[in-house]
Amino acid sequence: MDRTLADGAAVVGIGQTEFSKNSGRSELQLAAEASLAAIRDAGLEPSDIDGMATFTLDTSDELLLMRALGLREVNFWSRAPFGGAGANTTIMQAAAAVASGAAKHMLVWRAFNERSGHRFGQPQDPGTTVGWNWYLPFGLDTPAKIYSLTFQRYMDRYGFTNEDMGHYPVVARKHAATNPAAWFYERPITLEDHQSSRWIVEPILRLLDCCQESDGGVALVITTPERAKDMPKPPVMIRGIVDAQLIHGHVMFNYYQDDLSRYEENYRAAERLWEMTGLGPSDMHVATIYENFSPIVFMQLEGYGFCKAGESVDFVKSGHIDLGGTIPVNPHGGLLGEAYIHGVNNILEGVRQIRGEAVNQVDGAEHALVAGGRGGMVLGKA
Amino acid sequence: MSSVIAPTPDGVDQYFWDGVARKQLLLQKCAACGVLRQPPAPMCSECNALEWETQEATGRATVYSWLQSHHPTEPDAAPRIIVVLDLEEGVRFVCNLVECDLDDVRHGLPVELTWAEYPSMNREEPQILPQFRPAGDGA
Repeated sequence: MDRTLADGAAVVGIGQTEFSKNSGRSELQLAAEASLAAIRDAGLEPSDIDGMATFTLDTSDELLLMRALGLREVNFWSRAPFGGAGANTTIMQAAAAVASGAAKHMLVWRAFNERSGHRFGQPQDPGTTVGWNWYLPFGLDTPAKIYSLTFQRYMDRYGFTNEDMGHYPVVARKHAATNPAAWFYERPITLEDHQSSRWIVEPILRLLDCCQESDGGVALVITTPERAKDMPKPPVMIRGIVDAQLIHGHVMFNYYQDDLSRYEENYRAAERLWEMTGLGPSDMHVATIYENFSPIVFMQLEGYGFCKAGESVDFVKSGHIDLGGTIPVNPHGGLLGEAYIHGVNNILEGVRQIRGEAVNQVDGAEHALVAGGRGGMVLGKA
Repeated sequence: MSSVIAPTPDGVDQYFWDGVARKQLLLQKCAACGVLRQPPAPMCSECNALEWETQEATGRATVYSWLQSHHPTEPDAAPRIIVVLDLEEGVRFVCNLVECDLDDVRHGLPVELTWAEYPSMNREEPQILPQFRPAGDGA
């Protein structure tokens, strides 16, 4: 049997800054603060860290972060390309590094001033990146629009309306309302609020379907299961982790597959993940699902097999993803309710749920799915 | 009339924008195996040949998916309908739909190529762009 990353690594430390709209300090400082908190949470010293991973888009360079934190010698570093899908990829790189022996203690971080500095929701600058010529002249210049050309086909095929999609933001904001770390703490919304928010992309997305733009930093420390046994917090096993990138993707999405109503990368990731772990959707007690925009939650509920294709709206409407439902989704409020730290804060919530220390704790959570679109992982108790 | 972002041809797509200047919609075609590739690539993913030629699209297509942007900021302040098209040749193409109300757009709507010239945000000269509109009778 081929070797896999199943049970090859564990998360032993997590840390984060506050989530805001104006941090008032540099992205490097946010990275250093979150990283130090994760290292301390693992019961380690900065000098124990010998590997680093982040996103290609992260502006903090490795040498400056080493110098800030006091990392004496790093023997492995790597970066994950593209946007939010990189959240899963960084963890996979860290797991592969410790499982192979390339590093002993990997630090993964993501930190930015994504509201007070460069805002991802704003139009792309002209002429910046190869490939954009096929989209920018036609006005396809923001993530909301780029993703919506796929969401539209999905929603049109199954007859889903924007109001149907609104059931997810209501749940996310209900969960965020009881999470003091969330930007939208104590600020739940109703479906009427959702329907009266302005169109961003008609007839797909209203303002309340869109993730936040946030300032903040998050970090994790990852090591082998053997080393994890001697560390202060209960180890959170990475039971399995996969990425699935498919041919003909272009710039930010893949309009060139046959059927855009089916998120093929997500189906493929799910298939690989369930095969790797020997687990399935009915074994999951809680899930965090990457959500730049509400429709992608519905697509992933189907891709991971929590319900059949075209049945996700009924599934969400009947309370399955609420706290107390069969598969609570994003109990911290997700990227709509808590903050948008490029999806990595959703991974931290998965870790907290397995440790049993989440603010909106799902009782008896032994397996958490952390779904990241074209990749995902299962976290579990040791 | 709203302004548009002019492309910055990158070497891989220069043939396309040269064609646009002559009001020709050109598709890249593998000279060895004949597979069309849109967007283009420097190598054929099916046979790995480097040689390629162009084929002019007929301009007949159907709407695959669509949206209307309401993003409040420049450069796209005025709502535009953006579409993913299935070109008759069997490849997808992202473009705009004009002369059509949002409520009248539907999956599979037959459309035809037209051309328009817009003020450019980032160049002094105006930008010619391919656009599509609902196909006329007999199209």
